[in-house]
Amino acid sequence: MRRWVLPALLLAALVAAWQVAASTGVLADLLNLESFLVPSPAEIAEALWTNGTLIFENAWVTLREIVFGFLLGLLLGLGVGFLLRPFETLRLAAHPLMVASQAIPILVFAPILVVWFGYGIGPKLAVVALVCFFPIAVATADGLRSVDPEAIKMMRTLDASRGQLLWRLEAPTSLPFVFSGAKIGATFAPIGAVFGEWVGAESGLGHLILQDNALLNTPRLFAAAFLLTTIALGLYGLITLIERRVVTWR
Amino acid sequence: MPAKAKEFAAAKPFPSPGGATGGGVSIRGLTHFYADLQTIDALDLDVPACGVLGLVGPSGCGKSTLLELIAGLQQPTHGEIALGDSTDARGRLAHCAFMPQRDLLLPWLSAIDNAALALRNRGMRKGSARLEAGGLFERFGLAGFERAKPAELSGGMRQRVAFLRTLVAGKPVMALDEPFASLDAITRAEMQEWLAGALQADPRTVVLVTHDVEEALYLCDRVAVLSARPARVVEELSAPAPRAADRDEAVTDPEFVAVRERAMRALHEGMR
Repeated sequence: MRRWVLPALLLAALVAAWQVAASTGVLADLLNLESFLVPSPAEIAEALWTNGTLIFENAWVTLREIVFGFLLGLLLGLGVGFLLRPFETLRLAAHPLMVASQAIPILVFAPILVVWFGYGIGPKLAVVALVCFFPIAVATADGLRSVDPEAIKMMRTLDASRGQLLWRLEAPTSLPFVFSGAKIGATFAPIGAVFGEWVGAESGLGHLILQDNALLNTPRLFAAAFLLTTIALGLYGLITLIERRVVTWR
Repeated sequence: MPAKAKEFAAAKPFPSPGGATGGGVSIRGLTHFYADLQTIDALDLDVPACGVLGLVGPSGCGKSTLLELIAGLQQPTHGEIALGDSTDARGRLAHCAFMPQRDLLLPWLSAIDNAALALRNRGMRKGSARLEAGGLFERFGLAGFERAKPAELSGGMRQRVAFLRTLVAGKPVMALDEPFASLDAITRAEMQEWLAGALQADPRTVVLVTHDVEEALYLCDRVAVLSARPARVVEELSAPAPRAADRDEAVTDPEFVAVRERAMRALHEGMR
């Protein structure tokens, strides 16, 4: 109870303070801005209500980019993590490259992806997958390496083959790590999708945010940002839920 | 508590999966190096089929390494280890089940699935493996805990599941590495009594490593006292036989006390 009530109360208090500060113009004066640039929560909610269809259509586009891009990154991350397990030399060789893949400034790389894959969902998936891939791959590899060497010996004397060792011991041991990596990936995914859209898109929340920024339509901009946050939280929550169902021993 | 061991002694031996009896251990001229460090020095040891040999020695003397060599997890630098007819590492691995110091139960598996691991690894279906392992739960004082996760079991119960897992593997030789070191004194005494009963009911060739001389003499037929690294045999002692089923009775027997004193002296000698 307390775990939910206290954050909810704090959030409500913050929203209320924002509402008062924005609607009385105090916040705008404080920031030395025109009052229409500083929307109150009520105005944002109204923007979300009146532009509902438009915002939700764009949210649907972005949601697909995030989910499919994340799944792609998850598959790649798991694949690379598991592939590197039996080959220590390969892991040592690939590790700097994996770090490098993360050091690529997405904002710089995204335009190239648009040139290569066009304005469709392709480059967005690539960007989202790229940002999700690294934490998942590293977590998977670390998880597989975290197996107790004594447990491996025990399994070997119980006639486990290499495959059984991987499936019965190493994979379950790595699961909590994989979920941690997936949760980090899930928080990166919406950022990746928005970057992908900013470089070139005809729809999506990122695209809408860019438009509203140009139009100085701040209430709708905040409404889109709110929805994007909700998607990110939803994905994170979903992974946490699955984790609780699967990793019951922690 | 004392009744437990008697109950074991009275019970008829349960069928050992895979018909795992017979086959002793023979170690000849075993010398082992870990990198440049000599851990074992020209060791000769014999365990007859269904005999129980205890290995005691100062910590860090290479007892655990010796067990891993016997179990086929490592290959010795020099010398020969034979388990039955098998002398190569692969053959030894097939003939020896190993119970590590910590129980190392897999936390995501229920007690019964942990116990049945070896059967599953050999390709037995889940249902049959559970049936086979589950048949031993009552005798091991674990009835009703088949579906419990290791985290829900007490230290003594976890150790019993770990032992059951080793037993169900059905190998002729069992290598036990300080199986009760992590338990509190009372549970340890209970478990020693319990293990004595279990081995009486289902005899196996056992090599038991321990730092507890009393435990070794209570559980084993013979006890080899090892020296500090590199390990060699300082003295080999026969445990007084027959022993009382009740542990307190057995360890206070004058003959037992005398052998224990000799073992302690040998241990001190080996540390110099």
